[in-house]
Amino acid sequence: MQKDLKEVAAQVRRDIIREVFCAQSGHPGGSLSCADILTALYFGVMNIDPEDPKAPGRDRLVMSKGHATPALYAVMAERGYFPVEELDSFRKIGSRLQGHPDMETLPGVDMSTGSLGQGISAAVGMALAAKLDDAPYRVYAVLGDGELEEGLVWEAAMAAGHYKLDHLCAVVDNNGLQIDGPNEEVMNVEPIDEKFKAFGWNVLRCSGHDIDQLLRAFAEAKECEGRPTVIIAATVKGKGVSFMENNAGWHGKAPNKEQAEAAEKELGGEQ
Amino acid sequence: MAEMIATRESFSKVLVELGAEDPNIIAMNADLSASTKTDAFEKRFPERFINAGIAECNMLGMAAGLAHCGKTVFASSFCMFASGRAFEIIRNSIAHTHANVKICASHAGLAVGEDGATHQSVEDLAIMRDIPGLKVLSPADDVSARKLIRAAAAEDGPFYIRLGRAAAPVVYPQDAEFEIGRAVTVKEGSCVTLISTGCMLETVIKAAEELAAEGVSARVLDMHSIKPIDEEAIVKAALETKGIVTVEDHSVIGGLGSAVAEVLCEKAPARLRRVGIKDCFGESGKPAQLYEKYGLTVKDVVAAAREILA
Repeated sequence: MQKDLKEVAAQVRRDIIREVFCAQSGHPGGSLSCADILTALYFGVMNIDPEDPKAPGRDRLVMSKGHATPALYAVMAERGYFPVEELDSFRKIGSRLQGHPDMETLPGVDMSTGSLGQGISAAVGMALAAKLDDAPYRVYAVLGDGELEEGLVWEAAMAAGHYKLDHLCAVVDNNGLQIDGPNEEVMNVEPIDEKFKAFGWNVLRCSGHDIDQLLRAFAEAKECEGRPTVIIAATVKGKGVSFMENNAGWHGKAPNKEQAEAAEKELGGEQ
Repeated sequence: MAEMIATRESFSKVLVELGAEDPNIIAMNADLSASTKTDAFEKRFPERFINAGIAECNMLGMAAGLAHCGKTVFASSFCMFASGRAFEIIRNSIAHTHANVKICASHAGLAVGEDGATHQSVEDLAIMRDIPGLKVLSPADDVSARKLIRAAAAEDGPFYIRLGRAAAPVVYPQDAEFEIGRAVTVKEGSCVTLISTGCMLETVIKAAEELAAEGVSARVLDMHSIKPIDEEAIVKAALETKGIVTVEDHSVIGGLGSAVAEVLCEKAPARLRRVGIKDCFGESGKPAQLYEKYGLTVKDVVAAAREILA
């Protein structure tokens, strides 16, 4: 399993570069950092069927860090929600692959997001619906660490703890960087674990680039009763492309042709 | 003397009825259940009542999530906080996703009274009606509020429904019918047209009576639907009478007056006077005193009509 998913994640990373290069626009850094998290979720964790993307009993994924669409779309395409070739239309006029996820245009997107903090709030509502209906589905939300600076995240975290939403599992893509620089310099979000604990959450930590660790954390989250779980996943912004790694400058910048080729080579792509 | 019922009470009553008819209906609140009158629903259906605490943004974010998992959500707060604080959540999480959320916001306008400027929402119609796909209703009395809330519940998609705190006279008979997007001609008239929204209907009816005493025949339209607005009724009024006075407990910028002006400019240019809050904040006081001070009385409406006819 691990080997297969590693290969999938590598392909997802190559897709991310291709999307952002084709569009000459988009967010490669934070997409590369959450590629393994999304691969684990879509290929190893979630109860989903790309043929039936609106099935009422499906697990939901809310991409609260909505700018990481290149990663989301790559994983969805690799999982069979739409043809991989469609990734070339990312951010182009008339495309279903909007700059930020749009549930109205693309089946399989469970919530339109992009404005930070709103995704986790909607995810809490979805988990609340599951609880009210005594339905078995689980709700996953992927957040950026910079996103934790939004007050709405903590309103949502408080409600999830209050309503004991154990159907909810949030993942923080903890790459430590945001547009203006390191989190700790822009606005310190630490201690992330203690903040979530204080709001009544079950807190897990793992590497966000080790698929086995991620799968174990998701399994552990599923066993937790009476509390929502947050997985703080340690990640590297730009992971897998040396010149993008740990560089806030690649948050929202597209590579030129040479850079894209170099990136694909590093990611094991064909030359 | 007409019976007096606040439209927030009408909301309370119809919400319980709807809850009994449809187990899919969820009511949400942000620590104002007694004020928004959602406490009646809470008592009857505690398992379907969700208090978000004092967190309007998260209430509406969660409402979107609940709606996308099949619920019909009625979310309430004061107009100020529901529309103002949570504007972007309404835009991005609710309207952009066509979520089936009915935002029923009470305590509209200067009529809030003693709480003062921070609680007097006189901008909500402006900021709600420019959101694509969001329908905006502003009923005048108990009958129209109950029927329009029912109509909104029957339609899939997001609504912003503006309700009042203060008791308002019941204007319509119990069997009156209302259609979203269609103004009610409360009184026919040929000289001037008075268009009100929300609780200003009573004022406008009285103004029409006063004008009638002077021999001026005033048409009265109740524009309960701010979006979609009844363009046909506005154009007809422009063509058949000498001009239009709009009356609202809301800023003259962006609300009913602006919406009517937009239609007139493009379809049937006509004389227009806007009675409303003139680009300023309110203050504490009794609603009647505030209406007097800020120019929302029968006298102000009559004066505006006279200007049109001058």
